[in-house]
Amino acid sequence: MAWLDTIIQGILLGGLYALFAAGLSLVFGIMRLVNLAHGDLIVLAAFLILVLASALGLNPFIAALVAMPVMFAIGWALQFYLLNRTLGADILPPLLVTFGLSVVIQNGLLEGFSADSRRISIGGLESASVALGPINVGVMPLLTLASAIAVIIGLNQLFYRTSLGRAFRATSDDPVTAGLMGIQPKRIFATATGIAMVVVTIAALYLGTRSNFDPTIGPARLIYAFEAVIIGGLGSLWGTLAGGIVIGIAQTFGAAINPEWQILAGHLAFLLVLLVRPRGLFPRSVD
Amino acid sequence: MALLETRNLIARYGDFQALFGVDIALNQGETIAIIGANGAGKTTLMRSISGILVNQPDAVLFDGAEIGALPAPDIVARGIAMVPEGRKLFPSLSVEENLLIGRFGRAVEGHWNLDTVYELFPILRERRTNPGTALSGGQQQMVAIGRALMSNPRVLLCDEISLGLAPVVIKDIYAAFPRIRDAGASIVVVEQDIGQALKVADRVYCMMEGRITLTGVPGELTREVIHSAYFGVA
Repeated sequence: MAWLDTIIQGILLGGLYALFAAGLSLVFGIMRLVNLAHGDLIVLAAFLILVLASALGLNPFIAALVAMPVMFAIGWALQFYLLNRTLGADILPPLLVTFGLSVVIQNGLLEGFSADSRRISIGGLESASVALGPINVGVMPLLTLASAIAVIIGLNQLFYRTSLGRAFRATSDDPVTAGLMGIQPKRIFATATGIAMVVVTIAALYLGTRSNFDPTIGPARLIYAFEAVIIGGLGSLWGTLAGGIVIGIAQTFGAAINPEWQILAGHLAFLLVLLVRPRGLFPRSVD
Repeated sequence: MALLETRNLIARYGDFQALFGVDIALNQGETIAIIGANGAGKTTLMRSISGILVNQPDAVLFDGAEIGALPAPDIVARGIAMVPEGRKLFPSLSVEENLLIGRFGRAVEGHWNLDTVYELFPILRERRTNPGTALSGGQQQMVAIGRALMSNPRVLLCDEISLGLAPVVIKDIYAAFPRIRDAGASIVVVEQDIGQALKVADRVYCMMEGRITLTGVPGELTREVIHSAYFGVA
């Protein structure tokens, strides 16, 4: 029974990693941009929710709703005015610029909020649990996984059912020809990053309520996000969820054997998948 | 006044000059053909008009407005749609999605919509859920033409639509042109296939080495005259 519990906790943790990764996957899928500041943007969003919740006395869920349009605007402007300039045949400039951005965000947050670790409090909900048969499951982890699934369904609907989604895919295929269709690739990219930042805000809510955070933890979240995307196969959002769950289960199993092994077990699972399936579990057929 | 006009259009790729002062004019309701050998500058001319290459503002006039410096999305919005060389369908999109995306920058009501494009090319209706790139070359060209028509353009630019297609397929595709014309589009076809170009066009321009070397009405141009304008030898 302890094993079953471990697996379920791992799956739920996977939901959080999938949320970390979905925005990264979205941006990479559309513009082949690897955003090394992604983890720091999650932390930035967590601080934004914290500030909104404490300064305005808002429920953190409401604060996250308020933070979403703000983060969308930040993402849009970041892409339109900065990152678009780095896109091109050479993949190095976006890496360097987002790496620099990561340092800037971390130090900006340190300056503004100090190195103290914080937590977003949601009343008694952190410790609430429901019984699923013989297993007790936390309400927040359950909400995290449900949100991850909802985000992926939502993004897939957006991608495959809307005019904007068609424009995303067309621009990803061929930006020059997309221009002939009246699509403005730079605006499309900005909108995509804006949407990724809305997902980042959702991830930040669950990150900030689950555990302590401080301005320097972004890069570690980025690694989990990367691993989830790569295990899942580049460009597949459901694959990203599967990737998150693989890391989540590996971590909870590692922790069950020895708490020191939690992080290491996740990384080992990643390496193992890469060894067996170098293109990930669900690689996109069209590439 | 011409609907679409280029005036002393000059285009360069870095140090290489591709167009040396090209003047062409397209009147409302007209179909013109631009013929010439590989490297004559035909595709560069199309890319300049459609906004992929940006020029001096007054080098391209459309409906009296200077559009030479506008980027591609603005050109489409004004009603000039292009069928690019090599078709350039979006591989991630189905046939129907490829057609629908043609409306993205200019969703004006007019003759052309999904139904009328499917009437023009019935095979596309059967293939609507296939990926655009899973079709035969001729069918892909039909999608590319349909995609451009979806914006109900006032001017349709067709760049080398017969390239790489079997003669019988080319004939099928050109059979659609009278209906495109009747629906109100003025048309520019760029062709290496002179026979096809002369059949469909009201007027012909011949290009060589970035210049217009000949212009006239198909019936009045002899094979020798075209040959010399095309290859530069009599």
